[in-house]
Amino acid sequence: MREVLAAGTNADVIARETLFWILAVISVAAALAMILVRRAVHCAIMLAVVMLCLATMYAMQGAPFLAFVQIIVYTGAVLMLFLFVLMLIGISSADSIVETIKGQRLAAGLAAIGLLVLLALAIGHAAIGPPARPTAANGPTNLTGLSTLIFTTYVFPFEVTGALLITAALGAMVLAYRERTTPKPTQRELAARRLASGQLAPDPAPGVYALHDAADRPALLPDGSPSEPSVSAVLSQRAVTEAPRFVPLEETVEVTAEGGEREIAPSGRAES
Amino acid sequence: MSPVHYVALAVILFVIGGVGVLVRRNAIVIFMCIELMLNACNLAFVAFAAMHGNLDGQVIAFFVMVVAAAEVVVGLAILMSIYRARRSASVDDANLLKY
Repeated sequence: MREVLAAGTNADVIARETLFWILAVISVAAALAMILVRRAVHCAIMLAVVMLCLATMYAMQGAPFLAFVQIIVYTGAVLMLFLFVLMLIGISSADSIVETIKGQRLAAGLAAIGLLVLLALAIGHAAIGPPARPTAANGPTNLTGLSTLIFTTYVFPFEVTGALLITAALGAMVLAYRERTTPKPTQRELAARRLASGQLAPDPAPGVYALHDAADRPALLPDGSPSEPSVSAVLSQRAVTEAPRFVPLEETVEVTAEGGEREIAPSGRAES
Repeated sequence: MSPVHYVALAVILFVIGGVGVLVRRNAIVIFMCIELMLNACNLAFVAFAAMHGNLDGQVIAFFVMVVAAAEVVVGLAILMSIYRARRSASVDDANLLKY
């Protein structure tokens, strides 16, 4: 199988080149978008695109094991971890676009151009030949070859990696642990607090079934004004909630019946 | 497809990641840019492995992935504790040791 892939027919070579250029353009565009978009969630999605492109390239270069590890570990686990922390820290944590250090972007651009030129020169001087045929010493398949290498030549680094992973897990537990400074409230204290707060029942439900099919719409009180506590505090913090206009039913019917005008006259009572 | 194309792409991605680290302010985004740089290195390693026809480069790329996973775990835990203390994920706000 590998010999067939390595030898390749003419059509095979053309297909590989086409795929490479498509993936290269997509990954560079996604990487650029990653450093340009403001919201961190969009950055994570762009990073996922780059990682999937790279996984395909690994598979094209005779590294199917790494391709799957890339998808499972990177795109699956690491990016999920990023998204978890984003959710904990706040989804709307958009980057500020104010330059705090004067001329920082310009300096960063110059440094990037310098690094690019330096690396390009290094690659230009290096003798990077065509891909070599995989030798028989690599084992019958990619997986057996890799496992033979890991458990013979690289067995000590592999064990050190195990120690590193355990240390990292412990470190994360120690860093993320927060000691309780106040005693945990008992059931009795919680009940007393609720009685003292003056509201025994749970918060009212949002007006999902009234006019709109969304949880960010506040419920309407009997007088038509929107009810503040009916919307989750998280949603109202994001300032996307918008109180619905209270429109009496008979008024709506009248307007549409008259001239077919779609605009509905606001009642004025519950104007947001 | 010559390995030099893959290495050139790896260089471009690495530089883009470096610019992201220098320019962005959100610590999580900076972490993502570091991940991008590590991925670019992995791509170069795999290209070199294909060039030499042996698997050592792929083994190194595998180790890089493991180290990157460990780094992300600890880094995000540090970020969480900073966020708890200062209510911000911006690198500008973590300036307690500045003066």
